[in-house]
Amino acid sequence: MAERIMVKGNEAMAEAAVRAGCRLYFGYPITPQSEFTEYMARRMPEVDGVFLQSESEVAAVNMVYGAACTGHRVMTSTSSPGFSLMQEGVSYIAGAMLPAVFVNVVRGGPGLGDIQPAQSDYFQSTKGGGHGDYHLIVLAPGSIQEAVDLMETAFRLADNYRVPVMMLADGMLGQMMEPVVFPEYVKLDGINDHSSWALRGTDGREPHKVTSFDIDPVRLEEMNTETHKVYEEIRSKEIRFETHDLEDADYILVGYGTMGRILGSVVKMARKQGIKVGLFRPISLWPFPYDELKKAAKGKRFCTVVEMSTGQMVEDVRLSVEGALPVHFYGRTGGMVPTPDEVFKELVRLIG
Amino acid sequence: MEKATYKKPKSLAEKEFSYCPGCHHGIIHRLVAEVIDELEIQGKTLMVAPVGCSVFAYEFFDVDGTVAPHGRAPAVATGMKRAMPERMVFTYQGDGDLAAIGTAEIIHAANRGEKITTIFVNNAIYGMTGGQMAPTTLLGMKTTTSPYGRKAETEGFPIHVSELLKETAGIVYLERVSVSSPQEVIKAKAAIKKAFIAQKKGLGFSLVEVLSTCPTNWGLDPVESINWLNENMKKEYPIGVFVDKVGDIK
Repeated sequence: MAERIMVKGNEAMAEAAVRAGCRLYFGYPITPQSEFTEYMARRMPEVDGVFLQSESEVAAVNMVYGAACTGHRVMTSTSSPGFSLMQEGVSYIAGAMLPAVFVNVVRGGPGLGDIQPAQSDYFQSTKGGGHGDYHLIVLAPGSIQEAVDLMETAFRLADNYRVPVMMLADGMLGQMMEPVVFPEYVKLDGINDHSSWALRGTDGREPHKVTSFDIDPVRLEEMNTETHKVYEEIRSKEIRFETHDLEDADYILVGYGTMGRILGSVVKMARKQGIKVGLFRPISLWPFPYDELKKAAKGKRFCTVVEMSTGQMVEDVRLSVEGALPVHFYGRTGGMVPTPDEVFKELVRLIG
Repeated sequence: MEKATYKKPKSLAEKEFSYCPGCHHGIIHRLVAEVIDELEIQGKTLMVAPVGCSVFAYEFFDVDGTVAPHGRAPAVATGMKRAMPERMVFTYQGDGDLAAIGTAEIIHAANRGEKITTIFVNNAIYGMTGGQMAPTTLLGMKTTTSPYGRKAETEGFPIHVSELLKETAGIVYLERVSVSSPQEVIKAKAAIKKAFIAQKKGLGFSLVEVLSTCPTNWGLDPVESINWLNENMKKEYPIGVFVDKVGDIK
């Protein structure tokens, strides 16, 4: 049986990326994800991979763009202000339909903010932080084990759809330690064969061109329309979420990532006291499980969304339930993490 | 007996250039393509175009190519080269792209000694956006954003990219050339060739700065433009070899 070892979240995610076949890492130090970059600096030489500490996040994302043009698995990791700097490159990568994986270990914002856990980059991650019509696939793990397990999924989704994938973590996931079982090393064996479009030298074939650019609006519209067909396919096939105790529940708690996990404790506390509450935890934030949440919410008395922000995902929850039940919000911001006790009190207050 | 003195290089695509009459991009493109042909590296070359007049350069070369965000070509090329170290990778960038918004990327790519080659075309103005002041614009030169002539007090001084870069330890070949006469075209081609050979040998970063005209935005005809380049640009940006760690290539 695979060994369970205690690992810090940042390092666990980095090791999972190596095991997922990623051999190209470009990054820039920023708290609270720097252990990710440091781990890759040690680890990549051991597997004949590439580690490069860039001069900025702007350069890092463009190195990712260049490496992604060759069709090899490539990634970077950063934290909120760093991901803001990357938005230009993210937009180009999405526009050029390049596979790449981003990890954002979110910290308090806006601006310099602080270095504590936050979920205030939800809008930026799911609605397109850069310019133009595009989406990232956004996965939000609720534990280090789940982050490890989702890492290969992230690379596979990026390869399958040629869409950049964001692993949306937070300072809590990045900094805490948990026992983790690592998956086996992935054998790529052509699962990311991008030879039909990648830039690897013509060697006699017709040249390949990779761009997010067409000066002709008719053709650019066609290009964007093709991309959006892919997004539609992703919407229909790649919804991920988890539920607990929903069937007989009168009330639903909704949260993702670290907050989703804390809400699991709240559900247990409430159930002990005879309050029938269930949990809906979106794992794919884009595509968001609109229909699934709508179904889950049917017949319930109300829904409470809890986030480490002033309220971002709550907008998607409201879109999901289409006014069928009241949607309440409880959030802490600036790096404050709601405790199970305070959420439970809020729940009791709302029940009245 | 008939003898061909010129033919289109294989590495240039069958595409009509988008450049203005009298602009030097066409000559520079041809020289790069000839070098690629002569070194027999067409099938193993990846190129990165910039944002600016040469934004379509990825279409004009018959090699695998992409276009980078404005100024980021050296970072994009770094990612490509690190992913495929056995391939030849070059960027083609103008002075707005390389010397303003892309200053950090070019300096750090050079300083890391990235095994890539940059062709840097300096015409002292932003061409694509319609003739605005570039960091390389000469003092006194009128542009649409320095309509009274560039003044050092308010707009600063023309930036000397090659002089700045020559201090970076990772650079192995650095030369400033011009293509304003047949003799200079021959010298420019030799410089570009040496820059590519530096990369082929895996020695480090190489860059050739090519002084170029912009008749459209300078408001001069092509011949006047060449005269203006010779009389003004060469004074500010003297041609010559700044770094040569490649040695004799014969």
